[in-house]
Amino acid sequence: MNLSRTARALLWAALAGGLGVVYVPLLIVLLNSVNADRTFGWPPPGFTMRWWAAAWESGGVRDALVTSLQAAVGATAIALLLGTMAAFAVQRYSFFGRESVSLLIVLPIALPGIVTGIALNNAFRTVLEPFGVSLGLFTVIVGHATFCVVTVFNNVLARLRRLGASIEEASADLGADTFTTFRLVTFPMMRSALLAGGLLAFALSFDEIIVTTFTAGAGVRTLPIWIFENLFRPNQAPVVNVVAAALIILSVVPIYVAQRISGVEATTH
Amino acid sequence: MDPRLDGDQGLMTATAAPGVHAPPGGPRRRLAAFLHRHARVRLSLLLSAPMAWLGAAYLGSLAALFVTAFWSVDTFTGNLVKEFTWANFRDIVTGEVYRTIALRSLGVAVLVTLIDLVIAFPMAFAMAKLASPRAQRWLVIAVLTPLWASYLVKAYAWRVLLSAGGVLGWGYGLGATVLTLSYLWLPYMILPIYAGLERLPNSLLDAAGDLGARGWRTFRTVVWPLTFPAVAAGSIFTFSLSLGDYIAVKIVGGSSQLIGNVVYDNIGAANNLPFAAAVATVPVVIMLFYLAAVRRTGALENL
Repeated sequence: MNLSRTARALLWAALAGGLGVVYVPLLIVLLNSVNADRTFGWPPPGFTMRWWAAAWESGGVRDALVTSLQAAVGATAIALLLGTMAAFAVQRYSFFGRESVSLLIVLPIALPGIVTGIALNNAFRTVLEPFGVSLGLFTVIVGHATFCVVTVFNNVLARLRRLGASIEEASADLGADTFTTFRLVTFPMMRSALLAGGLLAFALSFDEIIVTTFTAGAGVRTLPIWIFENLFRPNQAPVVNVVAAALIILSVVPIYVAQRISGVEATTH
Repeated sequence: MDPRLDGDQGLMTATAAPGVHAPPGGPRRRLAAFLHRHARVRLSLLLSAPMAWLGAAYLGSLAALFVTAFWSVDTFTGNLVKEFTWANFRDIVTGEVYRTIALRSLGVAVLVTLIDLVIAFPMAFAMAKLASPRAQRWLVIAVLTPLWASYLVKAYAWRVLLSAGGVLGWGYGLGATVLTLSYLWLPYMILPIYAGLERLPNSLLDAAGDLGARGWRTFRTVVWPLTFPAVAAGSIFTFSLSLGDYIAVKIVGGSSQLIGNVVYDNIGAANNLPFAAAVATVPVVIMLFYLAAVRRTGALENL
């Protein structure tokens, strides 16, 4: 490539600078979680683990965490099912409106969250409330699943495209029926794609706040909702900051898992 | 026929394989055979649940919301008046405030997209074309990791940075909103562009170099046209996510409202769902136009 020395240096500088901008704010949150000053005076006058202890004791944080996990597990399970079904339909069959199916699945994340939020809120209240079902964890899961389908869909679609149908045809030629082929051939080959898509869906749901605001009833509080409610309360600031710091540290986990998956991929393909 | 492939032997292997063979004529086997022969039935079964959920329930909800936008609210009782009226849309178009807010939101979305593009492209290029394969792996992880950190946490980080006593201490307002949104959506721009550049063969860059093109010309005539679908894919995220945001505005935006805030306030405090629905159609219409335009570039395959 015909790049001058200056151009190379500038590109490297842009990369380093960009990564710096991405990480510095997060590092400051981490530092502030042990900042002895209650109002995050800078530079910190000293360090303390007091706020971590306070956050650990907080019942509100714990309840919110449990609710978030429940919602994310529910939404991920539904997304895995619907995303896989749709990906098979789109990749293995040609039919009228196939393009529209892909578009329809992208739509819930392509449209602004608040639109999906109020549309679902309106629908839930009109359709479910006459049956005595009010907004709650169930409606949160339904809302989250709607925009999580796309992550599973995309991962499974890409995997199916790469695999082709020849191995499944071989299985059928050897006498395995549709179900057996799926169980012994197709599913094992898709497992890591499902894991990757499911992981993304889980993270998307765990982090979501806008659709959650409109689909959660009064008593249901996910972790993002809890953070948002307490963000503007000065006396809660240190605990909010600890929760934020903990979430930053936890965000390494899915990356680690994803790397393990792709590591396994690299050795088996 | 290839003599090495003995038909009988193949059949023997199949029947001998454990767990593969169900008793012939069993209901499961009959169902499998029926499905195998009827591709259309298989397809309808596969499509049934996703289409019921997204096609009927989700699109239905959106349609119902759109219909609500033509209703109104009785100012005294607060009840819905289910009679067709253009009043909400008339208010949006003629109201000075709403026009300003809509244009401001559009401006913010465009600005955030451009800022992210300018920052992301050189980063992605250095990652894809200058870094060694080993470094590449780590750089992708470095870009991905903050994506998993919570949205709220990142917006909160900027609230702390920009607060009066904070490290930067620039204060809150429209500029802070643009800054925070650009920060939030930057990885969504880097990753598609990086993937697009990865797919761009190095030989093309070398060929351009051999034909005498310097860096800028290679970029303009080879790199940019070929990675444009990836750029468009990234812009869908930055544009759409900025257009509907109201949380970042609440956290760092001070008093300058965006479309999302108008929608939110009309549902909560004002309890005027029809007007909120009408306002919400503004970003949807903008987004549909944007998606339609971007679709031609093949961006949807690059998501």
